[in-house]
Amino acid sequence: MKVRIKFSKYGPVRFLGHLDVMRYFQKALRRADIDVAYSEGFSPHQIMSFAAPLSVGHTSSGEYFDIEVNRFTSEEDLREKLQSVMVEGFDILKVQLLPDKEKNAMAGVAAADYLVSFSDKVPLPENWKAGLMDFYRQESIPVTKTTKKGQREIDLKEGVYLLEVRGEDVYMLVDAGSGSNIKPGFVLETFFEKSGVSLPEYPFRIHRLETYKREENGRLAPLIS
Amino acid sequence: MRNLALSDEILMQVEKPARYIGNEVNAVIKDKKEVEIRFAMCFPDVYEIGMSHLGIQILYDMLNKFEDVWCERVYSPWVDLDALMRREKIPLFALESQEPVKDFDFLGITIQYEMCYTNILQILDLSGIPLLAAERGEDFPIVIGGGPCTYNPEPICDFFDIFYIGEGETQYRNLLDLYKNCKKNGLGRREFLKKAASIPGMYVPSLYEVTYHENGTISQRISLEEGIPVKIEKELVRDVTDTCYPDKPVVPFIKVTQDRVVLELQRGCIRGCRFCQAGQLYRPVRERNVEMLKHYAMEMLKNTGHEEISLSSLSSSDYSKLPELLDFLIENCAGKKVNISLPSLRIDAFSLDVMNKVQDVKKSSLTFAPEAGSQRLRNVINKGLTEEVILEGARLAFAGGWSRVKLYFMLGLPTETPEDIQEIAALCNKIAALFYETVPKEKRTGRVQIVASTSFFIPKPFTPFQWAGQCTKEEFLDKAYQTRSAIAGQLNQKSIKYNWHEADVSVLEGIMARGDRRLNQVILKAYKKGCMYDAWSEYYKNGLWFETFDECGISPDFYTREREDGEIFPWDFLDCGVKKEFLLREWHKARKEIVTPNCRSKCSACGAGRYRAGVCLEERREQS
Ligand code: SF4
Repeated sequence: MKVRIKFSKYGPVRFLGHLDVMRYFQKALRRADIDVAYSEGFSPHQIMSFAAPLSVGHTSSGEYFDIEVNRFTSEEDLREKLQSVMVEGFDILKVQLLPDKEKNAMAGVAAADYLVSFSDKVPLPENWKAGLMDFYRQESIPVTKTTKKGQREIDLKEGVYLLEVRGEDVYMLVDAGSGSNIKPGFVLETFFEKSGVSLPEYPFRIHRLETYKREENGRLAPLIS
Repeated sequence: MRNLALSDEILMQVEKPARYIGNEVNAVIKDKKEVEIRFAMCFPDVYEIGMSHLGIQILYDMLNKFEDVWCERVYSPWVDLDALMRREKIPLFALESQEPVKDFDFLGITIQYEMCYTNILQILDLSGIPLLAAERGEDFPIVIGGGPCTYNPEPICDFFDIFYIGEGETQYRNLLDLYKNCKKNGLGRREFLKKAASIPGMYVPSLYEVTYHENGTISQRISLEEGIPVKIEKELVRDVTDTCYPDKPVVPFIKVTQDRVVLELQRGCIRGCRFCQAGQLYRPVRERNVEMLKHYAMEMLKNTGHEEISLSSLSSSDYSKLPELLDFLIENCAGKKVNISLPSLRIDAFSLDVMNKVQDVKKSSLTFAPEAGSQRLRNVINKGLTEEVILEGARLAFAGGWSRVKLYFMLGLPTETPEDIQEIAALCNKIAALFYETVPKEKRTGRVQIVASTSFFIPKPFTPFQWAGQCTKEEFLDKAYQTRSAIAGQLNQKSIKYNWHEADVSVLEGIMARGDRRLNQVILKAYKKGCMYDAWSEYYKNGLWFETFDECGISPDFYTREREDGEIFPWDFLDCGVKKEFLLREWHKARKEIVTPNCRSKCSACGAGRYRAGVCLEERREQS
């Protein structure tokens, strides 16, 4: 049986990398005595799939992973058991038993939305809000994206589904698919670069609000709806 | 929510920021207003190394079970953070509360190897604690050292207020009560230290003075205060079953060296290898009750979620209930997908059978530690492992499907000759040949792989070899070269890989190990010139160290020389249980190539029998 787990990550643990978060949950599932299915072979490992990795330093209220379990009591029972072995900074928000045909968390990710706030070291120009919206309203925003595989010309506009100013923060919904994903920091860096503002190191605090899959009708929906 | 001591900017700049955030599973958080004593427990090396140390886990657990104490952990900031903390003047903090170490009551430092001495100074320096104990005023923590290196604390005695000699489980309660009492009665640091010196196992270096002969050897030790013990006897846990052991070890977020549950089977070793310091310091060997071990194994696995359990001991095969314990673990772990790791097992039919059950034979390798190539030299070092036993173990293993063998040797042992070195190569070759004899062609999957590693022998205090001379760097390297060419001359040389340890750092380790009080100034100066993380070859600055010896007018050769039988050693004022006369007897027997039986077959009256514990109380086939 496949189960999807939604959790939040905040506070000191935001400095854990993706691999460490995976290790943390592997051990947590064992502490909670949840009967997770293992792969075959001499060094069996838990069958587990994480949705879009979160960068070190970011917080989130919409992280997901899937596990395969041999025994299942109820969604609430599993949630409570797992919550009882968490450390400060991780909360188990939801648990859902998945239909067998559901794509695993990693393959299912289509988008994610974020709230970005600025460090006080960022020299924000007076009219940055209007400037940002003008930047976003352009027909296309050609940029060079640097990935592990090298540099690529892309249209940033295609990957940013929604962008708005919320108070002093910026909200955006971006492509989070593997290969085509857009990092929220990259969007803002591009904007400030084009506006001639030079940024200090670590200018943003980034919080992921939710991770989405694309439903058959083409609409985005949270990985657990 | 707790605030972190480091800003986001800093944490984002450094490698592995999770080293510094605390908050791990089973880390202990207390209300600081509810405790009377804040204790910072430090391992002066990087987090991944320090977190892997069992001793700290035991003491952390014990101290936190005291209601009036909050014990927190401190490790060496890695070089990247070290530089930032100095630049930004950020004081070193403890992981749990993220508060400055400087405000704690105690800073306990475990000293596991000589090459961490400059890191001790790093810890003090970053904390803002004066490096010299003599310069610490009332407001600074009491700096207390423990661990194996405190069996010769003299080279670092200027930096510590107290050394705790021996096993930590026994005297901390008394020490902490004394501290509380002194505070209540308005007694200062000096008075507290004076009183502490009367608690068994406590060595307060500032209360003693040492005078030297003209040739540099020690003439006398003088107590500066009345009523201060002349000899300090080690502390020892007589009953290692009815004692504290962590049932909820801290689970690190990042991968550390020892990423598993560690079950200490016993303390000490029956064997008495003459080069081995631990084998003497922890005498007599004391086994833990097997029911206790079963209980803790299951508790720790449940409370940590670790996927692996490791049995720890100087020589696990000597643990008398090993088969029962392993049966239990295999039965209870297999279903839960817990791996069992078995270091320090003697290779024989029994251990191969167990390993076959718990490991992937194709991937794992066998380890032998003959330490010396020839039987003659193995007799000198009292290593009771014969060539027949090694070859029989290897033959069984090859027949069982293993094809990888690791062999450990030491170079520079007392009385070593070029023939002994030749025999290292010959033994490797014989094992390789045995593979081709044992395993028929059609069953071989590739070549047998033999990895021979040599380390350089360093004489350590409280061993029969504490009188021995130590090789120079050139001699060490020449021996490694001889080993390499001898291996290259073997028929099966293509199947043998050879590694050797660095020579210059071994020389320095030897100087520190048998050093005296005059080395304090060298360590201090070397640190100030930039020596740190000496245990990490990429940061070890040999040139700087030896330049500092020169500047201080101290000859390293004085410390590496062979000693006269009657010489007073800097550590002679400590009593580790084993008597100096016994060690001297062993030193003489070594040079006559006479072996001494292990504690279980015959008691050699080493001196540790006075503790009336462990193996000393067992009935023997042969009585002495
Ligand atoms: S007194 Fe005898 S049995 Fe006890 S540790 Fe010493 S040699 Fe071994």
